[in-house]
Amino acid sequence: MNLTLKVWRQKGAGAPGRFVTYEARDVSPATSFLEMLDAVNEGLIARGEAPIAFEHDCREGICGSCGFVINGVPHGPRRGTTVCQLHMRVFEDGDVLTLEPWRARAFPILKDLVVDRSALDRIIQAGGFISAPTGSAPDANAILAPKEDAERAFDAAACIGCGACVAACPNASAMLFTAAKVSHLGLFPQGQPERWDRARDMVRAMDGEAFGSCTNMRECEAACPKEISIAFIARLNRDLVKASFRPRRAAAAAGV
Amino acid sequence: MSTETAVRPREGALDARVPPGPIERKWERRRFEMKLVNPANRRKYTILVVGTGLAGGAGAASLGELGYNVKCFSYHDSPRRAHSISAQGGINAAKNYRNDGDSVFRLFYDTVKGGDFRAREGNVYRLAELSGNIIDQCVAQGVPFAREYGGLLDTRSFGGALVSRTFYARGQTGQQLLLGAYQALERQIAAGTVRMFPRTEMLDLVVVDGRARGIVTRNLVTGAIEAHAGDAVVLATGGYANVFYLSTNAKASNATAIWRAHRRGALFANPCYTQIHPTCIPVSGEHQSKLTLMSESLRNDGRVWVPKRAGDTRPPDRIPEAERDYYLERKYPSYGNLAPRDISSRAAKEVCDQGRGVGPGGRGVYLDFADAIARFGEDKIRERYGNLFDMYERITGENGYKVPMRIYPAAHYVMGGLWVDYDLMSTIPGLFVGGEANFSDHGANRLGASALMQGLADGYFILPYTLGHYLAQVTPAGDDTRVPAFDAVRREVQDGVRRLLAVGGSRSVDSFHRDLGRVMWELCGMARNDAGLRKALAEIPALREDFWRNVRVLESGEELNQSLEKAGRVADFLELAELLVLDALHRTESCGGHFREESQTEDGEARRDDERFAYVAAWEYTGTLSQPRLHKEPLAFEHVHLATRSYK
Ligand SMILES: Cc1cc2nc3c(=O)[nH]c(=O)nc-3n(C[C@H](O)[C@H](O)[C@H](O)COP(=O)(O)OP(=O)(O)OC[C@H]3O[C@@H](n4cnc5c(N)ncnc54)[C@H](O)[C@@H]3O)c2cc1C
Ligand code: SF4
Ligand code: FES
Repeated sequence: MNLTLKVWRQKGAGAPGRFVTYEARDVSPATSFLEMLDAVNEGLIARGEAPIAFEHDCREGICGSCGFVINGVPHGPRRGTTVCQLHMRVFEDGDVLTLEPWRARAFPILKDLVVDRSALDRIIQAGGFISAPTGSAPDANAILAPKEDAERAFDAAACIGCGACVAACPNASAMLFTAAKVSHLGLFPQGQPERWDRARDMVRAMDGEAFGSCTNMRECEAACPKEISIAFIARLNRDLVKASFRPRRAAAAAGV
Repeated sequence: MSTETAVRPREGALDARVPPGPIERKWERRRFEMKLVNPANRRKYTILVVGTGLAGGAGAASLGELGYNVKCFSYHDSPRRAHSISAQGGINAAKNYRNDGDSVFRLFYDTVKGGDFRAREGNVYRLAELSGNIIDQCVAQGVPFAREYGGLLDTRSFGGALVSRTFYARGQTGQQLLLGAYQALERQIAAGTVRMFPRTEMLDLVVVDGRARGIVTRNLVTGAIEAHAGDAVVLATGGYANVFYLSTNAKASNATAIWRAHRRGALFANPCYTQIHPTCIPVSGEHQSKLTLMSESLRNDGRVWVPKRAGDTRPPDRIPEAERDYYLERKYPSYGNLAPRDISSRAAKEVCDQGRGVGPGGRGVYLDFADAIARFGEDKIRERYGNLFDMYERITGENGYKVPMRIYPAAHYVMGGLWVDYDLMSTIPGLFVGGEANFSDHGANRLGASALMQGLADGYFILPYTLGHYLAQVTPAGDDTRVPAFDAVRREVQDGVRRLLAVGGSRSVDSFHRDLGRVMWELCGMARNDAGLRKALAEIPALREDFWRNVRVLESGEELNQSLEKAGRVADFLELAELLVLDALHRTESCGGHFREESQTEDGEARRDDERFAYVAAWEYTGTLSQPRLHKEPLAFEHVHLATRSYK
């Protein structure tokens, strides 16, 4: 099949950007979206033009590196699928596809389709962990966790940190990402001691970045390639309410 | 001024420094012998950790907790993205929670045997010993391992083992373990003990007075070439299976860090020990950019078969039971579909070579769940492997519950890597190597679910001790890089980048990588022979020359430039490939993942030659790629007696 791509090209952070049109010819339905872009890039290199920069690594939907917006939809049209796992058989001959980077103030564009998502790491730094210094753990089976809770925790832990939820949100909020981590850890017995501080600190860190606030638009859930449920946002909100009745514990949750 | 390399090791001086005494006391003894660093002095020592996969992430976090001043580097935008994230199946540990006869000794035994008697006993025993602590540590961090209804941990059995010792987190074990390590690391970053340098690629090692003292990096966003000094350097930079171009590794996985260290004097051990994984989705066409692994845990319930008759192109449901060859069950009745990776991969190649392969191109075999679905129901199978079936469907467009999956072997893992002693220190003092980047524990073949175990054992429980011991013997040198040695290496790196940009040829980097992959897969892949290897030795240098004449890297070095990043990595692969082939050529025996056609039994099984090859081949860079110098570390088997590996 043949496709027309309108791709956001931007030489670097702060540089002006614009859409440039490229033709993708003889694309096999068995190729992945990124392989289709690889072929476009080979063509560009052959013509002496700069290839399109886009991020990717595992190409298996698990590392969270990839991600851009296809015709207004983060990661493209297939539900529960990262762009690296998207295959060309979902498109039709003659389709016109607009590709642009995540658009969010908290994710500055570095080049073309590549953005800086380090704000997500900083949210984790604020409390997205259980303090368990190496060597201090009891026997694994000394901690019992009901299977249902463990499964639910897993559903939240499946987040790959891609940032599509932020890109999809009209407010560019990182609430789904934050709620997923708070829920994952808060559903385990070993996550209880830091549970309330964690919720408070991570949300505070999120607010301290350039993310917007959550107004329940639910776009994040629809865009999330791991189908993380917004029920976790409700859970986080409940935790925040409960946390507000408790005094904050030790000053630095992140101690040595 | 020319830059420094380490003092070359004396002939026959390759000493692994495994502590003497009974095997179950070696690690304890070593830990007691080790010198300790006063807690108040730890922050005066700077440790550079390159890599934030399981080994590097766990190591950097643990070293930070101890109070060292840690600087951590990764070419990824976040430490959470390392290739470890994609491990699916699980992680082994000798917990014996199942009461099914497992023990530390059995895990040790299985690993040595699975490695086809080419691993160092002392290291493997320690790995088995530490395996249980890893599970404890990860559970304490909140890793969501699979659980039973009673709330206890669930396990499953995995390729090459008859006990159920593999802990797993759905089909995303690597992801969850890595997130555990990542979160511990972020906690230390917040605490200020670890400074993280994301999007920063190490391009060379700095050796001062014979010791590893620093690295030179390129900032992948600005292009800045920078030097970093430390008192010790840890490389946890993963494996080099992408030398085959098509592999199950992440696209960016590469050998540059260890290759550069090799060129600075670190010996490279067993480069030809590469693992081909039997259960990957077959190649679908020329556009293919990577191969996707389907966790071999699928082999617990799936049955592998091909038609009995060559050229049988009927769809699978039209091939009656009697006309199917369940070749693994037939050839290896006691292990059946769970036969180890090297054996299963070669068996698949063999049936395809006979013209019995299935799917487009005839390079595929069926992995059939019909029986398991009939026995347990589709829901149970979905619960066990749902995400894998989904992934299969996304890639192939086929429904694995209804039609048998098609699989074929693909390059997956490398047992080879930088040579390290018992303390995980390379032949350059102060340069430590952990995870897949070292060669230590898997011999000539790695068992399923033991790479995660090794990476985490190295990171959480070995490096924090052995680095301390090393540092206790050196005075902190601070992080001053205004030493001439640093300037010289920085200039060399700068020149290397300029040289790539200056070639100005006509071919893309990827096209060279593809060509290299083809040579390696055809001539040095699942089966190797003298003539083929010699052919590869002629083709690789020619390709390398062509690369340096014809590669085209556009744009500049002072910006985010993905072609430039790839070009540097491919340039190093083009060098490493030659060493890999030379090693394969010199080892005329077959062992584990290294199969020399000249050395097989009558029924086509690998034949080892213990008389001549019971050693680790550690290669020294001499300045001439075609003439590396071989050092041998003899292997002694005192606890697991040398025997022909049989899975019949
Ligand atoms: C698809 C797949 C499935 C697998 N499943 C399993 C399994 O079920 N069980 C199991 O035990 N094993 C499995 N493995 C193997 C296992 O995942 C790997 O061997 C292991 O995770 C390697 O970890 P590592 O820490 O050594 O390196 P990696 O995770 O590869 O990390 C390397 C790190 O080094 C950094 N790096 C590399 N070079 C540089 C440089 N020059 N400069 C800066 N940073 C650099 C990278 O950014 C990265 O952070 C699987 C492997 C694959 C490919
Ligand atoms: S919640 Fe979903 S969309 Fe958001 S970062 Fe995680 S995986 Fe991506
Ligand atoms: S490239 Fe890893 S999730 Fe897409």
